[in-house]
Amino acid sequence: MPLTWLVLILLTLVGLGFILGRRRALRSANGDARLLHSRPHFYGANVALSTLVPSLGVLVIWLLLQPVLIDRSVSHMIPPEMVPADTTLGLVMSDVRRVAEGLDVAVARGVMSERDSNTLRTELTDLRARLGEVGVALGQDVRPEVLSAAQSYRRLSHAGTMGMTLVVLAVAIAGFGFSLIQSRKEFRARNVVERGILSLLILAASLAILTTVGIVLSMLFETINFFGLHDWRDFFFGNTWAPNFRGESELSILPLLWGTIYISLIALFVAVPVGLFAAIYLSEYAGPKTRSFAKPLLEILAGIPTIVYGLFALLTVGPMLAGLFGQGGALGVSWMAGATSVLTAGLVMGIMLIPFVSSLSDDIINAVPQSMRDGSLGLGATQSETIRQVVLPAALPGIVGAVLLATSRAVGETMIVVMGAGAIAKFSANPFDSMTTITTRIVSQLTGDGDFSSPETLVAFALGLSLFVLTLGLNVLALYIVRTYREQYE
Amino acid sequence: MFDAPTIGSTVELQDSKITASGVHVFYGDTHAIKDVNVNIAAKTVTAFIGPSGCGKSTFLRCLNRMNDTIDTCRVEGNIHLDGEDIYDRRVDPVQLRAKVGMVFQKPNPFPKSIYDNVAYGARIHGLARNKSELDAIVEKALRRAALWGEVKDRLGAPGTGLSGGQQQRLCIARAVATEPEVLLMDEPCSALDPIATAQVEELIDDLRTRFSVVIVTHSMQQAARVSQKTAFFHLGHLVEFGDTPTIFTNPSDERTESYITGRIG
Repeated sequence: MPLTWLVLILLTLVGLGFILGRRRALRSANGDARLLHSRPHFYGANVALSTLVPSLGVLVIWLLLQPVLIDRSVSHMIPPEMVPADTTLGLVMSDVRRVAEGLDVAVARGVMSERDSNTLRTELTDLRARLGEVGVALGQDVRPEVLSAAQSYRRLSHAGTMGMTLVVLAVAIAGFGFSLIQSRKEFRARNVVERGILSLLILAASLAILTTVGIVLSMLFETINFFGLHDWRDFFFGNTWAPNFRGESELSILPLLWGTIYISLIALFVAVPVGLFAAIYLSEYAGPKTRSFAKPLLEILAGIPTIVYGLFALLTVGPMLAGLFGQGGALGVSWMAGATSVLTAGLVMGIMLIPFVSSLSDDIINAVPQSMRDGSLGLGATQSETIRQVVLPAALPGIVGAVLLATSRAVGETMIVVMGAGAIAKFSANPFDSMTTITTRIVSQLTGDGDFSSPETLVAFALGLSLFVLTLGLNVLALYIVRTYREQYE
Repeated sequence: MFDAPTIGSTVELQDSKITASGVHVFYGDTHAIKDVNVNIAAKTVTAFIGPSGCGKSTFLRCLNRMNDTIDTCRVEGNIHLDGEDIYDRRVDPVQLRAKVGMVFQKPNPFPKSIYDNVAYGARIHGLARNKSELDAIVEKALRRAALWGEVKDRLGAPGTGLSGGQQQRLCIARAVATEPEVLLMDEPCSALDPIATAQVEELIDDLRTRFSVVIVTHSMQQAARVSQKTAFFHLGHLVEFGDTPTIFTNPSDERTESYITGRIG
């Protein structure tokens, strides 16, 4: 029975369970809903949940485990000498699965009878040709071991699917019957349903957290592999970034970190004053009309994909800066060799960060209570004195938090740097030089055609983990500052 | 204030600090204050009483133009301080508020140290030439607000860390430190316990020797204890204004009597 049918039967049972549970509970109270412990629909929901949740759980676990268990038992049938030196057992097993699927298709099309498919011999039939007829292409002729493994794979799968259907239906019917019997007027259905909803919410929250842990772990293992192949002292304390796919690379994070920090600093230098002043204007001076169109307009900037900012850097800002500071430029200084530079990427990234800083700061400034402003104005302070001496000090922790969040955005930014800053890793204090950052090197190391197990590729994971730790540290610091110094207003 | 001579100041205003005549206040379409006429005398405590929503706080906020900060608010009529129209276009509300200080219903110390809270007004108006003068101003204001003894050893501590009553006295010290001529108090004791209330009331009585004090209060006992003049507001009208003993013992208006005896409100 296909999975779709199983799910449809389950859903029908659930719907039926809701109606019957509700009706049975009402009947136990002689139709008077006020005599029930819970509202009638809670009884229905209880039956529906008791039918659905356990059976669905069994279904999911079965679907996850069955292929693993069948693979394990079938792979014993492949003798080790069958596996050629240049492939692995996994590749042979994927052949087995492919043949098994091909037989399934052939049987379903009526090209082959179920009996035939189980008694085929490679000596007697050209299986590759016969499967080719039904549209299943095989890479090579089927060997007898693979065919018998495929036949047993099919048998096990069929038995497994049949078993799954029966077990899932049994669990669903058991849950249905048990909860239906429970649905009497004394039963506390509301409490059970509320607990069910609570566990659903907890499940969602823990999925998000577990995913984060999974991401970190996957990077951690590759990073450990990398440090097995490459000296950690060179990574953390070396001074050259020179990946070489023939080996003997120098892979130090420091030049990349310097580029990252330099570009982020320039970006913050642009974004913090502009964003903060914009926030002050919007929250303290602008009338409701100006505010109602200026604030969304500013926040549109936050929705622009960073690749578009990258284009802006590549096409407009870079050539403009080169026209000013480059060779034969308007200022006649020829400081800049090309259009890509730290300054180009920093300026454009700063523009990208303005809405972050301004929007967060605006919310924080608005959270400063009006009574503070009244108190200051009531003493004869002007509006700018009030903002400078009362509102901003009160909002400062939040503003610092906003700036740190913007910083972690800047540190993690990739596309603007790729298109605006160039690709040369070096230590230089000259803002007109090309430089590169951690994120862009991760991309270039992983997208090269190097061997995946070489240190030149694995270094990407070490860089990624370092970046993760860096931004995590910044975010923790931001949260700490905001929590510690936040004024608690009534 | 502006220096130009003012036409219209008359002899009868001599001992009036603030004269309001024909004052109307609108919040958008709501007519909150209807034709209020009142004279606030120098060196007296004037109490505004009345049920909630009767407009007494709104009227108080007109006296130092705090209503300017509310976009929808519109004030009509004349309010004169020492014979000068405070709603004249040439008057800078910032300078007006330096002369007419305000203490709010809820204590609102700034998130700064106790010292900086009190020194705030003196600093922005440049009242002190050096640090020792500023110290003297802060000490004098805190002494007047009866807070000096409690905080003199921790002037650097944050003002928000004080208890509610201390915070309110800090706000009073802050207002007093700028040497205003009139002090407006909007229910200054509503968030305080009886002991702190008694301290603030004692303070108000002291302040009368130097300033005009206008106090909005919900407590009729408080109005009777601290004020010399009382104004009764009802539904945006000034119903009755006179000497406090007269208002409380022999009110001329029926509504005043009903409010004082607790039948409306």
